[in-house]
Formats: sequence, structure tokens, C-alpha cells
Amino acid sequence: MSVEARERKQPWILLTPALTSVTLLLFVPLLFIVVYSFWLRTATGADDPGFHLDNWQKALGDAFYRDILLSTLRIAAITTFFCALMGYPAAYFIARSKGNKAILLLLLMLPFWISYIIRTMSWINILGVSGALNSALMALGVITEPIQMLYNEATVILGLIHYLLPFMVLNVFVSLDGIDTNLEDAANSLGATRWQSFLNVTLPLSLPGLAAGGLLCFVLGAGTYITPLVLGGPRDAMFANLVFEAIITQLNWPLGSALSLMLLAVLGVLVMIYNRYLGMTQLMKGLG
Amino acid sequence: MTKMDNTTRYERLRERYQNGDIDRRSFLGLIGAAGLAYGVQTPFARYATAQTVSQVRFDGWGGVVSEAFREHAFGPFTEKTGIEVVDGTFGGGDEYLSRVKAAQPGEYNLAHLSGVFDYARYHNLGLSTELNEANIPNLEFVIPKLIDVFRKVSGGTLSCVPYDYGTTGIAYNRDHISDEEMQEKGAKILIDEALKGKIGGWDDWRTRMWYAALQTDQNPNDIQDVEAAWDAIRTHRDLALKYWTSGAELMSLLAEGEIYVTEGWSGRIYALQEQGHNIGYMDPPNGFGWQECLFVLKGSPLEACEELLNFMLAPETSIAVAEGQNYPPALDPSKVDLGAKIPTLPAFDPTGTLDGLVFADPAFWNGNEQVWSETFGRVKRGY
Repeated sequence: MSVEARERKQPWILLTPALTSVTLLLFVPLLFIVVYSFWLRTATGADDPGFHLDNWQKALGDAFYRDILLSTLRIAAITTFFCALMGYPAAYFIARSKGNKAILLLLLMLPFWISYIIRTMSWINILGVSGALNSALMALGVITEPIQMLYNEATVILGLIHYLLPFMVLNVFVSLDGIDTNLEDAANSLGATRWQSFLNVTLPLSLPGLAAGGLLCFVLGAGTYITPLVLGGPRDAMFANLVFEAIITQLNWPLGSALSLMLLAVLGVLVMIYNRYLGMTQLMKGLG
Repeated sequence: MTKMDNTTRYERLRERYQNGDIDRRSFLGLIGAAGLAYGVQTPFARYATAQTVSQVRFDGWGGVVSEAFREHAFGPFTEKTGIEVVDGTFGGGDEYLSRVKAAQPGEYNLAHLSGVFDYARYHNLGLSTELNEANIPNLEFVIPKLIDVFRKVSGGTLSCVPYDYGTTGIAYNRDHISDEEMQEKGAKILIDEALKGKIGGWDDWRTRMWYAALQTDQNPNDIQDVEAAWDAIRTHRDLALKYWTSGAELMSLLAEGEIYVTEGWSGRIYALQEQGHNIGYMDPPNGFGWQECLFVLKGSPLEACEELLNFMLAPETSIAVAEGQNYPPALDPSKVDLGAKIPTLPAFDPTGTLDGLVFADPAFWNGNEQVWSETFGRVKRGY
């Protein structure tokens, strides 16, 4: 075999394990889900193989699913907005800190060492009727009766922010860390105030990181079901909860498959829009 | 010769690698080959007839219920027979059924199922097996009525042994709700406006529908006005703070004072009372009674499972487990002395006839399962 031919083959040989994994672990299961979505669930709970459009008609035509999907996107958008609002200053502080950057980044990563479910449940001990916050307020005499703070949409959003904030901070940090600080100095030397140099130089240059963090927070937030299950009230469901219920509680795998593909399609379109205008490079940097 | 299991094989291989007896490439190669071999043979494993059983898997409800099994049944059984019991948990029968459906036959072996309706569902899905009752002589101590209902479903044979029974009654915080108020309002206290934000409920369509039947003065096993029942569920939903999804969450919500009243599982509420919480428990008229069984799934190593079932039904084991779980055992009080604690447990029937309990009619509830479970999914979201 010639050197050129070997060199042409080499990337494919190196990519083989990754491509095999992606094919077997992602595309093949996805194909199963697509096939399942056309089956039907019988009265006993068994599946009826075939090609039926009933699940898709239900998923796409039923106002119930549309409303919950819109509510999910709304909650994910609010969460992303607050993550950006809180995450940007934190990322800016880390990026501009001198000497202790590594420690600050380590502190940012610490929550990932604890299970997401445990982190979510910790809010029960903080916001519960006999939780830390109510106990403190009562001890200080601010309130006489505990306030009911848990099990509503606000606590679901709070739990999601807790879960997703590090993703935002990391993405913005990567973006800010790559900006040459001489640019800010140059703006200042040309008469700009610190605020003006931030607004006109730093912020625009860090927008790709903010967008990448926003995309991650939005997609992960829209796909979660644990947070509403633990911190939500009876009505506070997100779309992934419907998928969970269809598959686990109702044993309706075909409908659950159609619903999960519907969510995947909606989030996929968002990722494609992001990729069209901003590209995936920044996202890869943040994840790296 | 003792047959080596896969874990031991792996541990020995790892030890050889760590000792430098084999290089990393060979180690990883062997692991890969083992994985490949397992993947290739798994679909055919169901056809294996001869089995050397070193472990069986048991899945139950977690919390104090699983702790009692571990301490009083599984540990002593392993000590006696050498068969390890791998102990898993689930949040409900539906969730477990979904897991079983996704698994290969034989992956899951025994389950602590609730209600005859669950037994019927598993049987109708072809997941039942036929136990050799000769291998379970302790079955003679069990209340005959509890066995007969299962026999009826599976055509005279058994795929389970009855193990305990209990009720889903109403648990209430006595600091806020008096016993008299509870007696007066019964199941309707769960739709009492005065308790808005302090009401809980199990996130389970059967329980919600059962209590809706009681709140609309209907027979839970023959609900005629279904719309009225859904309206009662909607009213409860609007007043409830939280639908709980596990026994642990139920206990936490009550113990922390997040909610004052909810339906609750008799044994879990008894556990709360034992811990000193001022929680009352009441079974309203036509309250939800259920019997639990130890179900053996198709494809399981039958003899090992039967040996475990027989061990668990032995009066000394069964009584110890019941005292730990706070649910009366399925043992017939006319044949076995159940000791001092069990007669004090909620739902206990000293006659052994269980005539005072109302159980879910499997035909009625399973016949409505598909529509009602889906409708409940919508109703609880505000529809």
C-alpha cells in the first residue's frame, strides 16, 4: 500500500472506535425509538408492532402535549436567562482573578462530584417548612409561622439554575479567558471608561461563550425531569416527565418514543439554528 | 469442582494484571473478548437449562421494607444456603414492569408485588411461571383466601406466594387535625378547602381514583360516574401541595410538617408513629386494602427461588420481617402464633378471613388501566 493511501486511511482507522460507539450506542437505539414510535400499545400493556401513525397524530395534534412543550421551553428560557445573569459576573471574576484561578475553577467543578439528585434534594432541607431558611427567619423573629416555599414553579427554576449554572460559568469563562486584556487597556487609553470598554469590547467578544452556555443550559434544562419531580407541585411537569410517565407508568413505549422524538426534534432545531449562526466551535471549547 | 462466577473471573484477571503477570494489552483484550462473548450469548441464555445458581435477584419497595427483608430474610438465607440475594428497589409496580419488559428473561427473578391486579398484569403479559408447591411446604401456614385469589388468575397454579397485607388509609397530623374531625370527614378531608396547601397524595392513578370514588360516594370496585370521580381528583389536585412518589417521600412530607393529611401506607405510617411523630391513621369505610406477594418471574432459576420463598414463609422469618416492615404477614393466625407486636399493626385481621378489607377487583381495575392511567397524566397537569 502506498504512503498516500495509508495516510488517507489513517484518520478512518483512528475514528473507527468512536464511530462504532456512536453508531451502536446512539444511532441504533435512536432507530429503535423511531420504529417503536409507529407501534401501538395494547390493553394488556404489550406492544403491537406495525406501522401506525396514531402516536404521532396524538403527539402533534393534541393541545395537551403542545401546551406542556411550550411550558417546558418557557421554563428552560427563564432558567437560561437567570443562569446568564448570574453566571456572567462569576465567570468574569474568575477570568480576571490573578493567581487563584485554578482554585476558583476547582470550586466551580465541586458540585459535579455530588449526585445531581442529591443536589436537587438539598433544597428541601433549605426551603422546607422546617428547613434552614424558615428556621433562621423564625429564630430572627422575622416570621412567626413557616412560609411555604417548596413545590412550585419557582423552586423548579431554582433547582434548574443550581444544576445548570456551572455550565454557563464555564462557557463564559472560556470565552473571557481567551480575550486579550490589552484590547481593554487600548480602549481605556483611547478615553473609554471601564464600563464603556466592557460594553464595547469585552462583552461583544465574549458573546459566543454566552451563547454556547445559553444553548447548553437551555437544552439540558428542557430535557430534565428529575427537578420538577422532586421540587415541583402536582402541575409542575416538564415535557420529559410526560415521556417518563408514558414509558414507565403507562407502559406505553410507542407513545413515549414519539414524544421523546418530538422533544429531540425541537431541541435539534435549536441546535441547528445555533450552529448556523454561531458554529459549534465555541461549544466544544466550553465542553472541553 | 466449584464453578467460578464472572465476578471472580474478572477479579482474578485484574489481580494478574496488577501483579504484572499479563500486560495491559492482553488484559484489555480479554475484557473485550469477555464483553463480546457475553453480548453474543445473552439472547440465547434463556435456552440454557442447567444452571448453577449462586445468586438470585429480588426487587422491592426500598426503605424500611427492604431493610427488614435484608436483615431478617436475605442475610440468614445466604448464610444457610450460600445463595446470594441481590437486593434492588423500585418506586412502584408500573416502574418495575417497565424495567422487566426491557430486560432479558432471567435478569430479574423475584419481586414484592402489590395487589392481585399487579399479579394479573404480569401474568397476562406472559411474565408468570409455575411454581412447584411441593418445594414450598411453608405455604400451608398462609391464609387460604390469599392464595386462592392468585390461583384464580393463573388457572389454578401459582407464580407467587402471598406475603403480607395492608391498607392505604388516611394519615393525618394530630397537631392540626383531631381524631374527631377525621372521623367526621373521612376520605372527604382530602378535598377540604380549609387544608389547601397542606394536603398530599400518592402520584398513582389507582389510589387517586379509589379515593375519588370514596369522595363521590361510589363503590371503588364499580365506579359508575367516572366524570364525578375525575372532578374529585381535580379538586384534590388544586388543593394538594405535592404528589409523593415513594414511601420515603411520604414519610418525609408528614414528618417535616410540609403536609398535614394524605393517603398513606399503613406500615409506613406505623413506622412514623413508632418514631414518635404525632401522626394518626384511619381506614375510611371501603378503604383501599391490598395484599402483597413474592412473585417469581419467568426465566428465573425456579428451585433457588422456591427455596428462598419457603425460607421467607417460615413463621420465624415471616414474623421477623413483618415486625420490621410493620405490615401483617400472610400467615394464618389460626395456625401460627404471631407474637405480641403483629396484632397491634394497622389492618391486622385476627380472624384470618380478611373480610373487613376491600381489595381492588383485578378485572375492573385492569380493564380501565390504559385509559385511566393516561387520563390521570393529563388531569394532574391541570386538564
